[in-house]
Amino acid sequence: MLYRFEVPGDDFSRAGHASTEIKRIMQQLGLPLRVIKRTTISMYEAEINMVVHAGGGVAEVEIGNSQITVVLRDSGPGIPDLELAMTEGWSTAPEWIREMGFGAGMGLSNMKRNTDEMSIDTVVGKGTTVTLRINVELGAS
Amino acid sequence: METSSIRHSVVLDSDACRGCTNCIKRCPVEAIRVRKSKASIIAERCIDCGECIRMCPHKAKKADSDQLSSIKAFDYAIALPAPAFFAQFDALIPTSDIVQALLSLGFHSIVEVAEAAELVATATAAVLSSADRPRPLISASCPAVVRLIQVRYPSLLENMAKVISPMETAARIAKERAREAGLHGRIGAFFISPCPAKVTAARAPLSLEKSEVDGVVSFKDIHIPMLEALSHGRTGIARTCSDTQFRAGAEGIAWARSEGESEKHQAYASIAVDGIDRVIFLLEEIENGALSNVDFVEALACPGGCVGGPLVVTNPSLARTRVRGREEERKRLFSGVPIVRSPIRTDLDWTVELSSRPALLLHADFRTASSMLEELERIAEKLPGLDCGSCGAPSCRALAEDIVRGTATPHDCIFILRERLRGLTRELMDLEDFEPPSLDHGST
Repeated sequence: MLYRFEVPGDDFSRAGHASTEIKRIMQQLGLPLRVIKRTTISMYEAEINMVVHAGGGVAEVEIGNSQITVVLRDSGPGIPDLELAMTEGWSTAPEWIREMGFGAGMGLSNMKRNTDEMSIDTVVGKGTTVTLRINVELGAS
Repeated sequence: METSSIRHSVVLDSDACRGCTNCIKRCPVEAIRVRKSKASIIAERCIDCGECIRMCPHKAKKADSDQLSSIKAFDYAIALPAPAFFAQFDALIPTSDIVQALLSLGFHSIVEVAEAAELVATATAAVLSSADRPRPLISASCPAVVRLIQVRYPSLLENMAKVISPMETAARIAKERAREAGLHGRIGAFFISPCPAKVTAARAPLSLEKSEVDGVVSFKDIHIPMLEALSHGRTGIARTCSDTQFRAGAEGIAWARSEGESEKHQAYASIAVDGIDRVIFLLEEIENGALSNVDFVEALACPGGCVGGPLVVTNPSLARTRVRGREEERKRLFSGVPIVRSPIRTDLDWTVELSSRPALLLHADFRTASSMLEELERIAEKLPGLDCGSCGAPSCRALAEDIVRGTATPHDCIFILRERLRGLTRELMDLEDFEPPSLDHGST
C-alpha cells in the first residue's frame, strides 16, 4: 500500500503530520510495536529535516508485510558533505530552530539507528532524497 | 447496546439520551457511535476519561460508581478521599471539619489519598534515580491516561513509571491500619472520587491482580450528604492530625491539581500536561521521539488536573485556587509539629505488566488488515469529508472504518443516500418514459 503526503515547508506546526498518519495506519494493520516505533521516529526526524532545511517536500510510504519503505523527496539546497552531516552533534540548524529543541545534530544518526537501511541521494542546489527501510518481522513485538 | 461494565465505568442513561451527535465528536478515542437514536460506547475503546459526561447537554452520560449506602455492607468502612475532595468545600471550612463530616456519614476512619500520593512520589523518585529508566518516564497516576496509552500509544507502555496509584496505596494503608487496630469483620476501603476511570481501576485493575479498593463513591453523590453533615458539625476550628486522621502534607494535597506531582521531581527535567487533547498531542510527540530530553511527564486527562474531574461539583478553576489554600493550610497546621509520615513503601510496583489493547487494529491477520485498509481508503475517498456526524460516526473516516469492520453501511451517509436516491429517481424517470413495444408510438 502506498501513501503520499505533501509536507509543507512553511508551517512548522504541521511538521510530523505525515508520520502521525502513518503511525495510525500501522496500528490499524497491527504491525509490531517495535516496527511502528522505529518507523515513526525515523520518519518524523526526516520530516522535520525536510521542513527545517529544505522548505518541505513529499513523503511516500509503502507498507509491505516484510518491509516499510519511506521515501522523502525535497528540492532543497542539498547536503554538501554527507559524511560530516552524519556526524553526531554536527548541525547547520539556525539558533531559532535550536531554541525550539531541534537541530541538536542527532537527526541523521538517530534515523540510521532506527532503520535497517538508509540511503541519502543529494545534489547540491537540486535537492535530497532520503530512503528509509524498516524490516518487518510479523509475529514479533 | 451497553457492554461489559468491567472495561469502562462511563455508562449511558438511555432515557436521557436524545441521540444527538455532540458526544461522538468530542470523544478523544472515537469510542461512541449513535445507533437508533441512542449513543453507544464501544467498550474496547473507552478510556473512561469522562469527556462525554462533561459535555453531554442532556446529562445522559454517567459514571457507574457506588452509592454511599453501599458502605453499609461492611462492618468497618474506611473513606479514602482524593486530594481534590477538600477543594470541593469553601476555604473557610477547615479540613478537620470536612474529615469529621465524612466520618459522620458512616465511615469508621479515613486514610487520605494525599498521604499515599507522597509515598507514590517517593517510589517514583526512586525509579527516576535509576540509571536504566526510560526517557521520558511517564506517570501512571491518571488511570485514563494509562488506558489511553494502552489503546492508542502502546509503544509508550515501556515509558510508564510502573508504580501503583495513590488510591491503591491508600487502600493498602487503610487495610493495614485496620488490622493493626485489631478490627475484625469485613473492612471496606472506599475511594471518594472525582473521576470514573478510578471506578474501573478499582473494579478491574490493569496493573495488579486485585484492587484493595472495595467501592468508589463520586464527589457528586456525596456532596449533599456532606453539606448536610457540615451544617450540623461545623466547628470552624482547624485541628491537626493528632485528633483527626489526616497526615498528608502540602505535597500530597498538591496532587489535586496539575503540576502537583511533577513539582516533587524538580531535580529532573519534568513537565506537566493536563486536559486529554493536550495529553494526546504530547504523547504523539513523545512517540515521535521529539521529547527525549525530558525526564518526567506528569499527564492528567482532566483540565487543571483532578479538580477538573467529570464527577466534581465545584467549578474546577475555583477548586484549583482552593487547592492552593488547602496546601497553605497544611503548611500552617504542620509547622512545628513533628510530622507523622508513614514509612516508605517498597511494595508499590505493578505486579501485572500492561499489555497493549490495540483498539485501532482492523484484523489480526496482516493480509486481511491490508485489504481492509485499502477498502477503507477507497470508501473514505467517496465520502463527502464533512465529518457531519449524521451517520452516527464521529468523522467520515471513522464511518469508512466502521463500514469495513461491518458495523455500518455506505447508506448511513446521508449524502451517499441522496446520491443513490437521485440515481434511482433518474432511473424511475427513464423507466416511466419507457413503453412496451406493443404500445410504443415513438419513432423507431
